[in-house]
Amino acid sequence: MLQEYLPILIFLAIAAGIGMLLLALGFLIGRGQKDAEKLSPYECGFEAFDDSRMKFDVRYYLVAILFIIFDLEIAFLFPWAVSLDTVGKFGLISMGLFLAILVVGFIYEWKKGALEWD
Amino acid sequence: MLFHSILFYVFAAIMFGAALGVVFSRNPVHSVMLLVLTFFNAAVLWLMAEAEFLAIVLVLVYVGAVMVLFLFVVMMLDVNVEAAKRGLTRYAPFGIAIALLMVVELMQLIWLRSQVGDTVGGFVPNPEGYSNTKALGSVLYTEHVYAFEIAAVILLLAIIAAITLTMRKRPGLKVQNIAKQVGVRAKDRIRVVKMDAEKKS
Amino acid sequence: MADFFAGLVPGFVWDIWNSLPPLVQYLTVTVWKILFLTIGVILIVAFSTYFERKVIGSMQARVGPNRVGPLGLLQPFADVIKLLIKEVIVPSQSSKFLFVVAPLLSLTPALATWAVIPLNNWYVIADINAGLLYVLALTSVGVYGVILAGWATNSKYALLGAMRSAAQIVAYEIAMGFALVGVLMASGSLNLGAIVEAQSGGFSQWFLLPLLPLFVVYWISGVAETNRAPFDVAEGESEIVAGFHVEYSGVAFAVFFLAEYANMVLISTLTAIFFLGGWASPFEGWTFLNDISWLAWLTVGGLPWLFAKMCLFMYTFFWLRATFPRYRYDQIMRLGWKVFIPVTIVWIAVEGAMAWFHIGPWSGLSA
Repeated sequence: MLQEYLPILIFLAIAAGIGMLLLALGFLIGRGQKDAEKLSPYECGFEAFDDSRMKFDVRYYLVAILFIIFDLEIAFLFPWAVSLDTVGKFGLISMGLFLAILVVGFIYEWKKGALEWD
Repeated sequence: MLFHSILFYVFAAIMFGAALGVVFSRNPVHSVMLLVLTFFNAAVLWLMAEAEFLAIVLVLVYVGAVMVLFLFVVMMLDVNVEAAKRGLTRYAPFGIAIALLMVVELMQLIWLRSQVGDTVGGFVPNPEGYSNTKALGSVLYTEHVYAFEIAAVILLLAIIAAITLTMRKRPGLKVQNIAKQVGVRAKDRIRVVKMDAEKKS
Repeated sequence: MADFFAGLVPGFVWDIWNSLPPLVQYLTVTVWKILFLTIGVILIVAFSTYFERKVIGSMQARVGPNRVGPLGLLQPFADVIKLLIKEVIVPSQSSKFLFVVAPLLSLTPALATWAVIPLNNWYVIADINAGLLYVLALTSVGVYGVILAGWATNSKYALLGAMRSAAQIVAYEIAMGFALVGVLMASGSLNLGAIVEAQSGGFSQWFLLPLLPLFVVYWISGVAETNRAPFDVAEGESEIVAGFHVEYSGVAFAVFFLAEYANMVLISTLTAIFFLGGWASPFEGWTFLNDISWLAWLTVGGLPWLFAKMCLFMYTFFWLRATFPRYRYDQIMRLGWKVFIPVTIVWIAVEGAMAWFHIGPWSGLSA
């Protein structure tokens, strides 16, 4: 099995290598004069008032947390979908129950307005 | 086999270095990225132990989802670097104690396994065409159905907890009511008044 | 394949090759396979920028690029040279290291996902069992490039773009994952080659029709995932200038651009593999075609079919961009969470029910 994964490792290295090569070429060939104004962050023409790394709406965190939960759900669904022919009707029922419990959670999210962006 | 060992030690070394970097890096975002690297290397090590499904799910769930949340939190919360550094020395004894406890536990496990006598023999490579995922699927939903359903309940709890912790309604938000907008008829808004152009005297 | 090369190279080269240790031989072959594939993808990316401008041009009654080379065909190369000699600006208040690393983090997964894509029945670089999981894992890693670029730049526009893009990618990834579960239920294997095999036997056997809702969800999620119009609020040039890559110039921008287009080509190819039978021919099993000598090639599957299907979806990408105005952000989130996820869950349930009653291609259920 490892032999099948070795090419992936090589591919990752080559892909990263291509990116680095391009960036290195760009830094070598593409020269220009740098000055303080050119290097300042873009701000529609005036100086930045403050640091731009600001606090964000908590909703983004909520989305990220919900994403983790649904991602785990998908991780549970994958082996089930693959072994659908071996788990039989019992497996089908147990997954039905699993999904039903999570659909309850999904409805809760929906009704609570966690999916609203206003 | 030599090639296998070299790969193992290279990835283990990178993982170890990255894990140290997580603790000692000054920039919290660098810490998170090093933690991503650590998870990635852990996934490779799992792959080398032929745990195909777990390895890729580790990348999918931890690198793809959990660390994104970490990154959000670290990036946006104005983490005070100085305070975090002071915290390092303060909590160091506690951390070391936990690490030692884990080492002891691991040693115990290895010792226990060595009693049975199948630790150092290495893994028996799986036969051609063996699918880790299928093997997992064939037992998870039938033999371990209770654990599986409990996992669903835990996920449900997580959903509810996340929403109760982070949901807040902001008062005074100016939102469009699309249904109302669409439902508007001209006769509700405009009244056409018939009148003469000029007052007759 | 060995026979093919044996005729091409002189005998002594062949002798040297045979005297090499097997590991070296294996590594050499693998590296060349990877390089061929990567160069192919990069060329497709280069020419799709040309075709995008031509297609959108003709849709808007313009000519598009026609100055560099015949019909403007050398335009992509001119663009590459221009981007290479442009100055790369690293803003003074940015986190320099992360700023430079971010494009790499975007490009590497976009290219490395190709490792498991079967181009025909033998050209696949890593024929792993868990191919589909690998695809999903690597596409979820791609979000780091965007987030880090936005944060490292330390510009308000970049940060806004990165946050929007991250939340959007995350929302549509779930829909994509659920859609793939449906594909898995139909094919019974995570291996992409096996998924193509499961659809062999002409276009009536493709998953397109039985999984039509999932196909639509997957394809639209793919468009949203790559931040393309009409879901391109992450760039949204009319409101946040250029989003997360506002400060990227020269080759650093080119790497992001390459990653975005490589992802588009990837999504097009994946959609073709999951729902349109990949490299399989739509006329497979039409034996009467074999009797007509000049039509017999139609029944043979292979890379040209995959390429044609990929081109179809790439064209749709451009078409969407020329046709639709940009979605509002809350509409995007609503579509992802409130429409696509319920649709996919319902369809998984439908597939489960069909498996229960032995209807359709999922009748393998035992006990």
